[in-house]
Amino acid sequence: MEIRLERRQTVSRRINISSRILAVLLSLPLIGLLFAAYGVNPVDAYLRIFTGAFGSPYGFCETIVKMLPIGLCAVGLTLAYRARVLNIGAEGQLIIGSMAATWVALYSGLPQSIIIIVMLLAGFIFGAAWALLPALLKSRLNVSEVIVTLMMNYISLKLLDYVVTGPWRGLTQWGFPQTDPFPSYARFPMIVGTRIHYYTLILLLASTLILYVLMKRTKIGYEVKVVGGNPDAAKYAGISVTKNILLVMLVSGGLAGVAGVGEVAGIHGRLIRGISPGYGYTAIIPAWLGGLDPLATLIASFFISGLMVGGDAIQISLRLPSSLVYVFNGMILLFIISSEVLAKYRIVIKIGGSRIWI
Amino acid sequence: MDIAASILAEAVRAGTPLMLATLGEIYCERSGVLNLGLDGVMTIGALAGFAATWLTGSVWMGLAVAMLAGGLFSLIHGFTSISLGVNQTVSGLALAMLGTGISSLLGAKYVGLPLRESLPLLQIPVLTEIPLAGGLFCHDPVVYLGMVLSIAMWLILFKTRFGITVRAVGEKPEAADAAGVNVQLVRYLCVFLGGVLGGLGGAYVTLSYTPGWREGVMMGRGWIALALTIFSLWNPLGSLIGAYLFGGVEVLQFHLQEYGVPASLLGALPYVSTILVLVASSLGLLRKRLGAPAALGTPYRREG
Repeated sequence: MEIRLERRQTVSRRINISSRILAVLLSLPLIGLLFAAYGVNPVDAYLRIFTGAFGSPYGFCETIVKMLPIGLCAVGLTLAYRARVLNIGAEGQLIIGSMAATWVALYSGLPQSIIIIVMLLAGFIFGAAWALLPALLKSRLNVSEVIVTLMMNYISLKLLDYVVTGPWRGLTQWGFPQTDPFPSYARFPMIVGTRIHYYTLILLLASTLILYVLMKRTKIGYEVKVVGGNPDAAKYAGISVTKNILLVMLVSGGLAGVAGVGEVAGIHGRLIRGISPGYGYTAIIPAWLGGLDPLATLIASFFISGLMVGGDAIQISLRLPSSLVYVFNGMILLFIISSEVLAKYRIVIKIGGSRIWI
Repeated sequence: MDIAASILAEAVRAGTPLMLATLGEIYCERSGVLNLGLDGVMTIGALAGFAATWLTGSVWMGLAVAMLAGGLFSLIHGFTSISLGVNQTVSGLALAMLGTGISSLLGAKYVGLPLRESLPLLQIPVLTEIPLAGGLFCHDPVVYLGMVLSIAMWLILFKTRFGITVRAVGEKPEAADAAGVNVQLVRYLCVFLGGVLGGLGGAYVTLSYTPGWREGVMMGRGWIALALTIFSLWNPLGSLIGAYLFGGVEVLQFHLQEYGVPASLLGALPYVSTILVLVASSLGLLRKRLGAPAALGTPYRREG
């Protein structure tokens, strides 16, 4: 008997999807080992995660609540990653978007009727602006966008810290690091009985659909894919690499900014220091899990959000640290990218004269 | 000691973790592997070092365990990027998340514990008398180790057979392979070495610079070290300048606070400086027509 790996001629959609699901399933027992090392029964932990996220109407709604910021960031990232622009800065872009919306809500003095639309626009524009510098540095000077966007995340956190402890600290907040609450006309309505702020939900569904069509059916989507696949070929074909890098960074930054608006206007009703528990980083996982396809990424965002809601549940009941989410993120991401490579090969088992392959 | 000398002395301490991590990453990248997981590796080292010191009562044991933990942890990235040939940027990113996550999960019970042991202070006689630069010579052994390593690793990289092999593997792996070099083995060694030094750098933070373990203790030092790797033009001697410069930036924060600049804004200084340094290095690289190791980030597979 002989077992060996052979390169597949074509990688079918079925293989792609099943290898990804397998990757997630395989990463869970490994994380279970860490639970055990921490002194928590892994089976118990996973049961609690599952029931916490999907076991009750409340958990299910909370999963959708978390899917709003994660999904908005993630679908934007699919566009950037398609162009091989590794924007890791959704976290910072989200924070800056939430800060822009906060300024509009509390300090702009705009009429009540237009304030929400201006908040959303400001979130998009400032989120995009926060992505502009890494985009320019990448396209003009070939500076690593990964490191620059990460540094911008740290800087945005410091800025957030500065405004909520300094100039914007709420007068009615007993010294807590947060702003005063937004007036009611600057808050997003929720679906009754839940915390789902449906303006953001509509924006999430719309942007997913738009990006899906953009990538599948338009010249822009085609150009982005060529730039990501082979920049040299793109140049020969007269496609501007610079323009496409700017485009994908601005769009992904803008959508992350909108996610930030949703968090301040939909959930907290004010700007707080902990406005994002790492949503922008978490969003990287569904983008890859969804194979950089916006629709698949939306579905993946739902499951990753469920994992986060379940994770929150066990953080409280089993007293685990909040950074647990990064263990899931890192482990799942490692398995996804490994499975992508392995999906390109088939396992061939030879017994005597017959060949069996998987 | 006057103020300038004391700033210099503090800068050297603050720069040491950055320098150790940068030195390791230089070898890693010279061999053709980009390890963006450095921040995670350093965090693992920081926790492993603190925990081992707490449990054994020996700082030396702590440093050794941190080095081993950092080395082993980075082998995960070695496996995915060298053996599987996956996208190294994404794999490194996953490693960074995993390292941060695992260490805060397993480190939860060490938060706030005091460090009972500390590294001994070694004053080098005569040299401490030098005006201004005397501050360089009254530190713990790890600081000196960093200085010695940056010179030794420069010698090894440019003046020895092993160094030539490492550089060949990172520039032209197929040629190195044809000459009988085991490309994958050399890369694994360099990734392991990068992890060992990253782990040591991380442990220096929790065992000496700011003793104690807490979540977020690394404050992005791994990412800064990645920028310093480029800034040093992949030359170990360059890491000496870059790391101490950044140590200086870190120390400067505390001194500027006295002038009433808000601490949160000053906290952004190292990250702003990192971006500036990246821009400066890439302008320099463009002007001198220099670049990263040619095979950086590309997996190597023998044809056929």
